[in-house]
Amino acid sequence: MTAVADTVGPHIDLTAKRGWRSIKSAIMTGLMVASLAAVVIPLVAVIWSVAARGLAVAFQSFPDFFAKEIPVVARRPGPGMGPAIVGTLLSTGAATLIAVPLGVLGAVYLHEYGKDNRFARLVRFMGTVMTGVPSIVMGLFVYVVWTLQFGYSAFGGALALACLMLPVVIGASEQMLKLVPIHLREAAYALGTTKSRTILTVVLPAALPGIVSGALLAVARAAGETAPLLFAVGAATEYNLSLFGEANTALSVQIFANANSSFVAAQERAWGAALTLVLLTFLVTLVARIFTARVASQR
Amino acid sequence: MLDLRGHHAHADRAFRFAAIGAAGLVLLILGMIAVTMTNRALPVFRHMGLEFFTAIRWSPPDSLFGALPFIWGTLFTAAIAVVLAVPISLGVALFITQVAPPWLKRPLVYLVDLLAVVPSVVFGLWGVLVLSNYFSLGRSFLTAGVILAIMIIPIITSLSREVIETTPTTDKEGALALGATRWEMIGAAVLPHSAGGLVGAVMLGLGRAMGETIAAALVIGSALGQITLNPFAPGNSMPAVIANEWGEADTLHKSALIALAVALFVITIVVNLIATAIVQRSMKKSRGT
Repeated sequence: MTAVADTVGPHIDLTAKRGWRSIKSAIMTGLMVASLAAVVIPLVAVIWSVAARGLAVAFQSFPDFFAKEIPVVARRPGPGMGPAIVGTLLSTGAATLIAVPLGVLGAVYLHEYGKDNRFARLVRFMGTVMTGVPSIVMGLFVYVVWTLQFGYSAFGGALALACLMLPVVIGASEQMLKLVPIHLREAAYALGTTKSRTILTVVLPAALPGIVSGALLAVARAAGETAPLLFAVGAATEYNLSLFGEANTALSVQIFANANSSFVAAQERAWGAALTLVLLTFLVTLVARIFTARVASQR
Repeated sequence: MLDLRGHHAHADRAFRFAAIGAAGLVLLILGMIAVTMTNRALPVFRHMGLEFFTAIRWSPPDSLFGALPFIWGTLFTAAIAVVLAVPISLGVALFITQVAPPWLKRPLVYLVDLLAVVPSVVFGLWGVLVLSNYFSLGRSFLTAGVILAIMIIPIITSLSREVIETTPTTDKEGALALGATRWEMIGAAVLPHSAGGLVGAVMLGLGRAMGETIAAALVIGSALGQITLNPFAPGNSMPAVIANEWGEADTLHKSALIALAVALFVITIVVNLIATAIVQRSMKKSRGT
């Protein structure tokens, strides 16, 4: 019997009392349930706090909070977060337009051209490493190469967010390209289609729902980022619809600034902004999940 | 001879080069981060020398920049976060893969992922206005560690889950057929098989915890010169200092903050390199068998 147990790995003492062994197993299962609770409790607590404190602020005399400009004097009570919402949408939107096409193109190289050659392996490896680069480092990097020359703007923030999104989009898109059956490509080649046309008209459309899902998850993460925006975007209190040239702001930056404030009015605005940001990121994530479900049902 | 490619060849080649360029962007950005930021950090290294990493006093008005307390704070809070997050993540990953009925798996995965969707600044806001007030933790290393733990649980859980799911069913059924209980089966078949990948997952979590800025900046307490093992003491970490002091920094001070970012970049890159290598090797090994 010991010989059999040895091939499995660590020794299991099957001669011990069955009762104690199943109690031990039940205790460990209980601990697993407890750790699940340890995840659910903070999640519920955070969402409950944000909802309880944010709803009152954000929906008092609707739609003032979402439309009015940010009070210049922090201790003055009252709405709004309009410019921050616009700023978040501008930076995140521009970052998406930069990072998603480049990321998909990079994934196309990795899966359709490079495959397992040395360069592709290096890029794949460093891409995974790049997802772990702290977002504040990306923020300072963009400060050094962009903001120092061109000043505060929503575009600087977009550049920093795009740097964060790029490796995520590459990784997710490559996974989706792997799911496209090889016979689709072969059928296109058999018709005399060039490789680039095959990729653009056959492979990418087939992988599109999955790529959209991966890109949206990256967008949701980027929209919530604060650190990359601190050094590049500035802290405007008025609406700024231009992408370049002038200081802008963002929901996350406003939450950070107001959470540090000792004024109740500022803290209330932080909760309202937090609710807005959480709703925004959850919404984007939900849409991503719908696309994921579509991919799963297609297969 | 029939040349079906003909005049499309140029477009084909251009597309290929564009794709190579996009992939190479990853390397370009990482290289540029290293070069441009080190360049900006040079003034403070000229001013402080290597004492930047060993001195304890950080006093911008006196042009004294000793980063050791912040390096300590970063490592200490990240360690607290990992100690708290690892057992919980492992428990959840084991529950999802080994215990939960099939219909429950996907909702649970989404639930854990939902934690990753909550922006870090919202965790910070909750930490500073709720956690530190109502649970009388104050602003301290421990408060920062708790918030960081919550934030790295999703990544450690999802990576552990992927690693654990590669355990061959035959191994698990073999253990069960020998009369092992579920826990004994996990100990005999699942954990030995996944050990390498789990170590990698924990290290990736560690890397995230060290780089996480905003939540830590809000709850860590911004105390100077704290090198202590007391988790209830207020302290500071590298990313938190950068975020909190940037607004009022002059040129040399900014250079010092950028130097902190370079140090953070190097530390997280090293941790991530090792972690990624471990994860990739263990994934390859488990696919091979």
